[in-house]
Amino acid sequence: MLVAQVLLLAMQIKRDEKGRLLRMWTVGAISPFERVGSWCAQKVRGTWNGYFALRGAAKENEELRRELDALNLRVTQLDGKAAEADRLATLLHFRQSHQAAPMLAARVIAASADTASRTIFIDRGERDGVRKDMGVITPDGVVGKVIEAFRGTSQILLLTDRDSGVGAMLADSRLQSPVGGTGEPLLLMKYVSSDDEVNTGERVVTSGMDRIFPKDLPVGIVVDIKPGNPFKQVRVRPAANLDRLEEVLVLLTLHPLEIKQEPNAATNAAAPNSEPAPVAKP
Amino acid sequence: MNGTFDLRAGETHIEVYKFRSGAIVLVTLLVLVLQALLRVYFPRAEMLDLPLLVTIYFGLSRRNPSSGLLLGTVIGLLQDSLSKAPLGLYGIAKTLIGYLASSIGGRLDTEHPASRFALTAVFFAMHQGIIWLIRRLLLGQPEMWFNLRLGAAALINGGVAVFLFLLLDRLRARS
Repeated sequence: MLVAQVLLLAMQIKRDEKGRLLRMWTVGAISPFERVGSWCAQKVRGTWNGYFALRGAAKENEELRRELDALNLRVTQLDGKAAEADRLATLLHFRQSHQAAPMLAARVIAASADTASRTIFIDRGERDGVRKDMGVITPDGVVGKVIEAFRGTSQILLLTDRDSGVGAMLADSRLQSPVGGTGEPLLLMKYVSSDDEVNTGERVVTSGMDRIFPKDLPVGIVVDIKPGNPFKQVRVRPAANLDRLEEVLVLLTLHPLEIKQEPNAATNAAAPNSEPAPVAKP
Repeated sequence: MNGTFDLRAGETHIEVYKFRSGAIVLVTLLVLVLQALLRVYFPRAEMLDLPLLVTIYFGLSRRNPSSGLLLGTVIGLLQDSLSKAPLGLYGIAKTLIGYLASSIGGRLDTEHPASRFALTAVFFAMHQGIIWLIRRLLLGQPEMWFNLRLGAAALINGGVAVFLFLLLDRLRARS
């Protein structure tokens, strides 16, 4: 039994393939139960939130009101910041320039069955147009990429997995460096020279160099910088909440998307007929 | 179906348990689905290895090295199929743990919660050690084996095993 499995491992290394047939059978057999389980979990949570959790609604309402006041103050401060306006304009411009870029909404039905890797399964697969290596995002930022597309299910490698990586750059300085997972909640920005200036709180966005994700999608925020030689250790907190993913968007294209930089991006952003890219409902 | 029966070899007294028909298959399926679902809603559940706990439990209870080995292989390979690990990584680790658990099950008291806790924690650490060895020797993926996180995970799995094993005890066939 052991020898057979060692041979199986060796065969996968030699042929650089990962036993797709067995995986397809297993995922095909297990994913219906995962779908049912996910559906049940959502119903239970819905019932809980809709009835039982309302016991604390008055207190929560008060907290939310306080939070709203704080947020209103914050919005007023942000209104005056031209840089923020520019960023929003760029994002909006990205959406405008990629109205034809199809995106597919998908529900997360399961996570990896092992303890070491960070992958999830979504309820969309080859029959919905999902293919291997397609990018996966949420409105908050990059999530990961498709590593296996089965018939009605796909496996997504999260950005936090140690084998994961994305072409990225610092939003302000435009300094490019790949960002990869470490198996921990924080990401690592590799190859930032000790001479380069990086500040905590700086935003990290996609560079488009990996030809999977379009440029300027949020990747995360720099939270920790440790000096090193020749490279600094720059830790990045993912923009998307990768620990609590329930719905994601799959970029249904394998062609690289690039943002067209135009000098009047801000003007375009204010255009009244701006519409988001089409999104298929789950 | 026979429930509990005794094997008497000299002074030793070994109880071998049998389970209701289909119980092992259903429990295996359930823990695989549960393992995948729990992590979506409770990220901390990534520390748990429910398929390993089930492998250990049935190994300790049935006390038959052949069936322990076989069950470990099947559960491990299914777990590999539902992750991005190469097929055989968890398969080999759980084959060995299934074999060891069923071999040790006949020599130790495995009914007391304290011994179940300790055995599970030790088996968990061994399981991670085997995976570390395979990654290092066969796959060329060196990584740290023991850290505080692993120690905590071993204790958590041991704690969960105490309660899970009590639940699984109910699936034993009555004599």
